[in-house]
Amino acid sequence: MNLVYKTLNQMNTANTQKYTFKDFQSDQEVRWCPGCGDYSILAQVQRTFPELGIPKEKIVFVSGIGCSSRFPYYMNTYGFHGIHGRATAIATGLKVARPDLSVWVATGDGDGMSIGGNHFIHACRRNIDIKILLFNNQIYGLTKGQFSPTSVQGQITKSSPYGNIDQPFNPLTLALGSQATFVARSLDRDPKHLQLMIKRAAEHKGVAFLEIYQNCNVFNDGAFELYTEKDTKDDNVIVLENGKPLIFGKNKEKGIRLNGFTPEVVSLKDGTFSPDDLIVHNEKDSMLAFIIANMSNLPNLPRPIGVLYAVNKPTYNELLENQIKEIINKKGIGDLEKLFYSGETWEIK
Amino acid sequence: MNKTIKSLEEVTIRFAGDSGDGMQLTGGQFTTTTAFVGNDLATLPDYPAEIRAPAGSLAGVSSFQIHFGAKEIRTPGDQCDCLVVMNPAALKAYLKCLKDGGTIIANSDNFTEKNLKLAGYDTNPLEDGSLGRYQCFSIEISKLTQNALSDMNLSPKLVDKTKNFFALGLTYWMYNRPIEPTLKWIKEKFAKQPDIIEANTRVLKAGYAYGETTEIFTTRYEVEPAQLPPGKYRSITGNEATAWGLMAAAKKANLELFLGSYPITPASEILHELSKYKNYGVKTFQAEDEIAGITSAIGAAYGGALAATTTSGPGMALKTEALGLAVMLELPLIVVDVQRGGPSTGLPTKTEQADLLQAVYGRNSEAPIPVLAASSPTDCFDVTFEAARIAIKFMTPVIVLTDGYIANGAEPWLIPKLSELPDISPKFATDPTTFQPYSRDEITLSRPWAIPGTPGLEHRIGGLEKSHIYGNISYDPDNHDFMVKLRAKKISNIVNDIPPATVYGGTTGELLIISWGSTFGAIRSAVENKQSQGKSVSHMHLKYINPLQKNLGEICRNFKKILVPEINLGQLIKILRDKFLIDAIGYNMVRGLPFRAIEIETIIDEILK
Repeated sequence: MNLVYKTLNQMNTANTQKYTFKDFQSDQEVRWCPGCGDYSILAQVQRTFPELGIPKEKIVFVSGIGCSSRFPYYMNTYGFHGIHGRATAIATGLKVARPDLSVWVATGDGDGMSIGGNHFIHACRRNIDIKILLFNNQIYGLTKGQFSPTSVQGQITKSSPYGNIDQPFNPLTLALGSQATFVARSLDRDPKHLQLMIKRAAEHKGVAFLEIYQNCNVFNDGAFELYTEKDTKDDNVIVLENGKPLIFGKNKEKGIRLNGFTPEVVSLKDGTFSPDDLIVHNEKDSMLAFIIANMSNLPNLPRPIGVLYAVNKPTYNELLENQIKEIINKKGIGDLEKLFYSGETWEIK
Repeated sequence: MNKTIKSLEEVTIRFAGDSGDGMQLTGGQFTTTTAFVGNDLATLPDYPAEIRAPAGSLAGVSSFQIHFGAKEIRTPGDQCDCLVVMNPAALKAYLKCLKDGGTIIANSDNFTEKNLKLAGYDTNPLEDGSLGRYQCFSIEISKLTQNALSDMNLSPKLVDKTKNFFALGLTYWMYNRPIEPTLKWIKEKFAKQPDIIEANTRVLKAGYAYGETTEIFTTRYEVEPAQLPPGKYRSITGNEATAWGLMAAAKKANLELFLGSYPITPASEILHELSKYKNYGVKTFQAEDEIAGITSAIGAAYGGALAATTTSGPGMALKTEALGLAVMLELPLIVVDVQRGGPSTGLPTKTEQADLLQAVYGRNSEAPIPVLAASSPTDCFDVTFEAARIAIKFMTPVIVLTDGYIANGAEPWLIPKLSELPDISPKFATDPTTFQPYSRDEITLSRPWAIPGTPGLEHRIGGLEKSHIYGNISYDPDNHDFMVKLRAKKISNIVNDIPPATVYGGTTGELLIISWGSTFGAIRSAVENKQSQGKSVSHMHLKYINPLQKNLGEICRNFKKILVPEINLGQLIKILRDKFLIDAIGYNMVRGLPFRAIEIETIIDEILK
């Protein structure tokens, strides 16, 4: 029916295996502040994409407004720099019209969680087959340093000189509550892990939400230090692996067990607890995903990174395409002229 | 007994009753039958904004007006010849619409003390002589309906629900219409409920027979078929015509149609209509809000679909920023604004023409967008198609203005042949050796449409200012000045792609009326009447609001006076004064109602006296 992209599909003859990260670099000079975490995210995307096996003309990066939203300009794919907050809505329309494309959204905590919050939750609930990368730096960078919906309480910013009194969003629980089918978190300073998460997001069928802790070295430097610096990260980050118990610490000497519904840190050193007492991660367990996501809100618990939740559910696009097929099977391909003449008509001679 | 038959040139009837009385259905059936006998017609449903207003209250009155005739009919009629009222509230609400000497058919059974009080009557108007200047037929419609069904063992509620067919049957008799089309419809509609078929059929026939046999009716009326252009016709509302116009445009553009829309009165029917046609290459996306409605459509346009979004005034306001994005991206997009009374929530179910300046100017910075306006329900088809043609050819968003009046109104539509509509298909860019995202077609000044999936054309677009030809981000002052002017020129150049304006009547004279949108019918009828009385008045009705047609200034200069009637406080008139430095007189009424031809005639008389 759609002549346009049928023809295009015949044109996609490039050997995708030959791509290197350079193929995904555009000719535009990258203009983030020196030292910005966005550089690492860009690099990890460019390193991962050659492995995805998707022809690059089939890839579209859509963004809103903010530092993160400059991302599409630097990717040598199709790119769409939209307006503030609307990237997910633009991406949704594009993916509905063109299910053959691989559609990615680059957004930030202001763009995606504040002005674009509505579009974000609805993209999640629809399970539209787009990939959302949330660059979370807990600050408005492009407007030069106001608190964002993920800024922590008490944070001193230009618009909260006496400390931020807003309760922050936890993007992971927001995504889970919005029924996202893939929810993950990674860090700009952990390239290997970030690459792995990008790949997992790409492979997921349906909406994929990846929160990336990203350092803004100008307006919120060190926000994630605890989770990225060599001497602190092992004790403050827990790397989730499907089917494995939640163990962390420099010497893997600590674990997370459930006390009722509340996760708590236990020591594996003194023999009271063994790995058998710990939570075993299961990416398909939505209840567990909520508990793990909530660890970020509780004191004295390590920050989880990795895939919290990944389930297969019919995507919006599949449901739509199936519905179209069903209706065509039942009624045949519509004939517009016949439609015009259907129902009550009369002739004037 | 002998009944006189009186021949009439045109008739206006209004069916009015409680929301639950089935007045829309009754009016719809009368319309179908009237079209079937070959009259020209126009209709206007009028229903309360509340879904279930209290029964018997003024707020709960629902009505349907039909104007039909042996001549060309352009409006649903100013004043009614016949008012059918099912309760006191309906009489109270619409008596002012009835001509002196007009006919009232009232269901006297519903003029109970309680209903009279709800409608604010101290005494029963059917009995207190207050309706002396009308011909009032007080009929026990409920009782007669019960009698017709007494042996059928139906619930009283069900019996009561059929009483509108009695009124319909009676009006069929009065205006000499066949009952067969409705009988056929009843059979099809209630195919699985033989009881309902039987009941409705009996009551319809009882109404018809009542007119024939009762002595109180001495006259019936006849309206000869109208002289319409030959061909196949169907009845169509403005919203249906808009939806079908979009489908026809997609077909002739060889593109899939994408509609991103959020429900809003009075535009929702376009979304409803298009959502039926998934097997016609139509995708409808009910978005989470108005902004997602338009931005999803922009995303779809980027992907190569014929994309549209439909809304009304408040939604239009929310789409403003995204309209600017579409201007900057230079992607085709059709934005339909079915105007309603405002500002804010205003009068959601009533009509108005007050979004014109919003459509033409209502964006930050210099963001020119072509604006077209539909003049009647069927014209919505042509205007929407034309909007799509311009959008694709000039790579631009285009705004279509309709309004609640023509969106809900219906008229006969001479069904067009798809083969006779022009091919409007785009040429997508495919050649990597020559492609530049912001290069220009020499004539149209439009940029190429390069869609994702095309190898070698990977490029980035966005809301930031673009460098001429290359499309990279540019903060260069001269480039910005150049691009602002280029975007303006591209839109003003459309003037070379549209036909010149035409004048109805003499091309010079005393008075020229300039109008746009849904006021066409009332104004054209008024002008026609005045011309036949020998008055020097001409009419120019605009379809193109931006850009205005080339020859407008010249036409205006040939008249001594110019009148611009609008259902707003003077919006088109501002633009005309600005563009042509002409003096013009405004006529502005903002009642949520369409103009009546008679009030335009009065204004013409005043100006020409």
